[in-house]
Amino acid sequence: MANTPKGQNEVIFHSIHLPESWKLANYLAVGGYDALKKVLAEKMPPDEIISQLKISALRGRGGAGFPTGLKWSFMPRNYEGDKYLVCNSDEGEPGTFKDRDIILYNPHQLIEGMIIGGYTLGAKVGYNYIHGEIWEAYERFEEALDEARAAGLLGKNILGSGLDFDIHAHHGFGAYVCGEETALLESIEGKKGQPRFKPPFPASFGLYGKPTTINNTETLASIPYIVRHGGQKFLDLGKPNNGGTKIFSVSGHVGKPGNYEVAMGTPFSELLAMAGGVRGGRKLKAVIPGGSSVPVLPAEIMMQLTMDYDSIAQAGSYLGAGSVIVMDDTVCMVRALERLSYFYFEESCGQCTPCREGTGWLYRIIHRIEHGLGRPEDLDLLDSLAGNISGRTICALGDAAAMPVQGMLKHFRHEFEHHIQHKKCMV
Amino acid sequence: MLNIEIDGKQLTVEPGTTIIDAADAAGIYIPRFCYHKKLSVAANCRMCLVQVEKAPKPMPACATPVTDGMKVMTRSETALKAQKAVMEFLLINHPLDCPICDQGGECQLQDLAVGYGMGNSRYAEEKRVVLNKNIGPLISTDMTRCIHCTRCVRFGQEIAGIMEMGQIGRGEHSEITTFIESSIGSELSGNIIDLCPVGALTSKPFRYSARGWELTTRPSISPHDGLGANLAVETKNNSVFRVLPRDNEEINECWLSDKDRFAYEGLNSPERLQRPMVKRYGEWRECDWPEALEAVAGGLKRVRSENGDAQIGALASPHATVEELYLLHKLMHGIGNGNVDHRLRQSDFSADANLQGAPWLGMAIAEVEKLDSVLVVGSTLRADHPLLAHRLRQAVKRGAQLNLINPVDDDLLCDVANKAIVAPDAMVQTLDQVRRALAGESVAGMAGSIAASLRQGERKAVLLGNLAQHHPRYADLHAMAQQVAELLGAKFGFLGEAANSVGAYLAGAVPDEAGMNAAQMLEEPRRAYILLGTEAELDSYNPAKTLAALQSAQLVVALSPYKHHALDYAHVLLPVAPFSETSGTFVSTEGRAQSFSAAVKPLGETRPAWKVLRVLGNLMELPGFDYESSEQVRAEALHGDLSAKLNNRLKAPVAKPVGAAAGGLQRIGEVPIYHADSIVRRAAALQKTAAAGVPTAAMNGETLDRAGVVEGMDVIVCQGAGSVVLKAARDDRLPHDCVRVPAGHPATAMLGGMLDEIVVERAG
Repeated sequence: MANTPKGQNEVIFHSIHLPESWKLANYLAVGGYDALKKVLAEKMPPDEIISQLKISALRGRGGAGFPTGLKWSFMPRNYEGDKYLVCNSDEGEPGTFKDRDIILYNPHQLIEGMIIGGYTLGAKVGYNYIHGEIWEAYERFEEALDEARAAGLLGKNILGSGLDFDIHAHHGFGAYVCGEETALLESIEGKKGQPRFKPPFPASFGLYGKPTTINNTETLASIPYIVRHGGQKFLDLGKPNNGGTKIFSVSGHVGKPGNYEVAMGTPFSELLAMAGGVRGGRKLKAVIPGGSSVPVLPAEIMMQLTMDYDSIAQAGSYLGAGSVIVMDDTVCMVRALERLSYFYFEESCGQCTPCREGTGWLYRIIHRIEHGLGRPEDLDLLDSLAGNISGRTICALGDAAAMPVQGMLKHFRHEFEHHIQHKKCMV
Repeated sequence: MLNIEIDGKQLTVEPGTTIIDAADAAGIYIPRFCYHKKLSVAANCRMCLVQVEKAPKPMPACATPVTDGMKVMTRSETALKAQKAVMEFLLINHPLDCPICDQGGECQLQDLAVGYGMGNSRYAEEKRVVLNKNIGPLISTDMTRCIHCTRCVRFGQEIAGIMEMGQIGRGEHSEITTFIESSIGSELSGNIIDLCPVGALTSKPFRYSARGWELTTRPSISPHDGLGANLAVETKNNSVFRVLPRDNEEINECWLSDKDRFAYEGLNSPERLQRPMVKRYGEWRECDWPEALEAVAGGLKRVRSENGDAQIGALASPHATVEELYLLHKLMHGIGNGNVDHRLRQSDFSADANLQGAPWLGMAIAEVEKLDSVLVVGSTLRADHPLLAHRLRQAVKRGAQLNLINPVDDDLLCDVANKAIVAPDAMVQTLDQVRRALAGESVAGMAGSIAASLRQGERKAVLLGNLAQHHPRYADLHAMAQQVAELLGAKFGFLGEAANSVGAYLAGAVPDEAGMNAAQMLEEPRRAYILLGTEAELDSYNPAKTLAALQSAQLVVALSPYKHHALDYAHVLLPVAPFSETSGTFVSTEGRAQSFSAAVKPLGETRPAWKVLRVLGNLMELPGFDYESSEQVRAEALHGDLSAKLNNRLKAPVAKPVGAAAGGLQRIGEVPIYHADSIVRRAAALQKTAAAGVPTAAMNGETLDRAGVVEGMDVIVCQGAGSVVLKAARDDRLPHDCVRVPAGHPATAMLGGMLDEIVVERAG
């Protein structure tokens, strides 16, 4: 490509073009673990690291976009006893596949980020909870941990600094809800993966009841860059309040689906072009910009947006985990929503009433509409049900089930009406 | 203190209070299903969503702590909209067939649906169906009705101490079930029926027999274990249909043991004796009261004149009321030498002269939960005292150290800091070692660890259980335990075996110096016996000896609600009322006197036993038997300050030196939970539980080997002349050379002493 897009492969995928980039030797060759060495050599104060994170405007890459520096500052400082750092690699959101590639191609940068996290937060043990359906990534991560331990980078007395920190890889079994941080903790503890009611938040009552910080894979993998180059450089890669680069998992009807690391604030049109444009030169119909649980946006809105938290939020959707699902003009929105709703119906944990009961109800109505059995009152009912689920549940899965419905009805209501009236698709 | 406002009402509450607790205290009702004051907060039903000023979303009142200045609106448009939405979701998959549901009329979902539901359902899709599970003889399931509040699950985890219910599956496919569809075995399981807000878990014995509104509720007191649980006895057509708990935080809280809850079936047993019966020329026949009472009076007079007063003995059940026991005491002092005793399962009475009052718990029941360290000596705790065991579990959960000297190692469902599982013989020695360790001697091993553990904490207690009280060296255990408690500055108490074990002492159902105790009356058989409410061969320490004594007697008068084995040895059977058909008083193990009235009229020609004894007193021409009410009897029996009459301390606590253990095998004969008294023995559903199963002869592997038998084999178990064939069972947690053979069960009622020598041989 003639013009390299801003920030392309700057922070995480910088070595992806190299053979066996996941090997420790190759990571070390490109300056890997320098950030950790700097932290240990300078005995960098944890407050300094946190303030660099705050400057960097690094926001949680798992979907919620919560400022990482602020989250780290919630950990009790003078707590006597165990504290934990947990990496959330349980990416189960349809459309998301970036954490898999981080672990496959740059696992050591994640490990380095976690060690710096352990140092900063005072945790002696870290867990990486890896989604059950990406087994290869789990194995690759275990190999990387072995390499790091053998090199004295992990375990007791890291690099002779006196720092103890070890990481355990833990793979789930594919339940979507285990990506919710407290369900994830329950799952590590060996219990049924069900979200906990908050408060208390994990920073005070987390894994095994101990103070715990949970960050997404991409978030933690961004830490070494910030430590090495300073928060300001990271911030400057992106936009104010939206620092750094972001890996976008582009899927759907594009020429070259895949992961693209670009600067926050990159125009959507540019990202779409990188991904090969809409397949076969067809017309762009709509985009789900942040993974299946965020509201869909029509093409004309989407083409005006830049890819960052604030821009997408202003348009009424969310950047989420940066999972961009592209739909061309062959897509029937009723069928698309039926598939999405089925997912949430299947993945609701069943703990709290609105989600357990409501997701099935939503799916059944949409299923009926798709199969020519829709009724005129169904659309108002769907709207009302989605409203009755969202904001009323223990975790965000209820919102995740409601938002696609609300988004579709907001922008594509006419397609649903057509389906109900003509008992078939308008596409 | 925080100032908050709920629905415009200004309140001042403690920090940490949740909105729902603050509202409850202020009398503002917030609808709820999963919340329960005794269980952890799950916040899963979402019914209690309320509006909180400045909060972007409705908040669950059960899980939201109040903050200073918080303004809560429980019935604003936002709150009601959220509550109604949750109700709609709860109802979409719930069968709307209340008329055929057993819970109808007392269903929280039904009640709240009236206030928060819609007239019509917007749900037009297929409803979910969940297959029912068979979880045992006590609880019926109708799992399609379940609303997944997880109260039953949390009850198991947090109160019963065993997670027998759980949620499997996800989303709409999630269901509450037992682990691999097994049945529920907890002795507290029935509480999940009360906890279940819908008709998913209902009482199997009660199911479909009546509607809540048809029943009349009468307050009563449990006649079973020593706790004195407060009951609500529910009746219809003059019979007891079910029993529910009455809240009493100081006693049973809001719980009941399964025994207290389901034993009522025994009140309606076909074995109920409805008319007096006399045996003439070897033939039993029914008769009227005057004839029966004349027969008794005549017979007693004959024995008195021919054989002397000392030849009459009275054996009473500690499940009888204070009034009954007091009149029996008075009768026996009038016509006999005061040969009266209620301690039928006790074998060692050598401390009697040293007693200074009625043995009791030594503290309030509620204090048990606050103990820091405890030593329990000789108890099958969960079977004997289900809710005291629960209090101890809560103490352990709080960090208390529970120590045990016991011949059996049944799972107490909580951490036990130290346990010495030793043969009954060796219990004395172990307790002595603990005493020595506390006195400063260096003692290694388990006794040393127990002593070290007991030194910890502020609130300590030493408790003697039923097995210790039945022990052939009870007096020594008593003396040593007292010394241990004194060395520790600990409370010292007895886990009272029966509903009125304490009351029986206070009512005088124990012999004075002139009278004979239970063991003496059987050791030297009397010519005449009066049996009050006891099935003597099942309720006594040595059934073989008891039966022999009764069979040799010239006159046996059995006052009982049941036509039981006494048909073999008695001469007159007098139908007397069980607790549900008489007024009376029980004094619980904590020394609390609780009186109750009859819940129903006596069945057939049954009479309250206190009235029968009153008439007998008159027929025997004794003075002072003209009471007009049971209250009058009570006033006379329990005059003065009761607490002054409770005393666990022996005047001179001297234990005999520890002797060498006897050779041979020793029986561990505890009383199974559902065979402890006459009523529960006849409770049909409880008798179908695993805990009421056929007794086995359990031994550890080595003892089995030495006896030359293997698990599952038939063995002949002998004590003296009595023998019985039982299946051998293996329990490696039992001490060596011990055979665990339960007492109190008809299958073992021909055996000898509960903790005496026993012989095991291969059958065939």
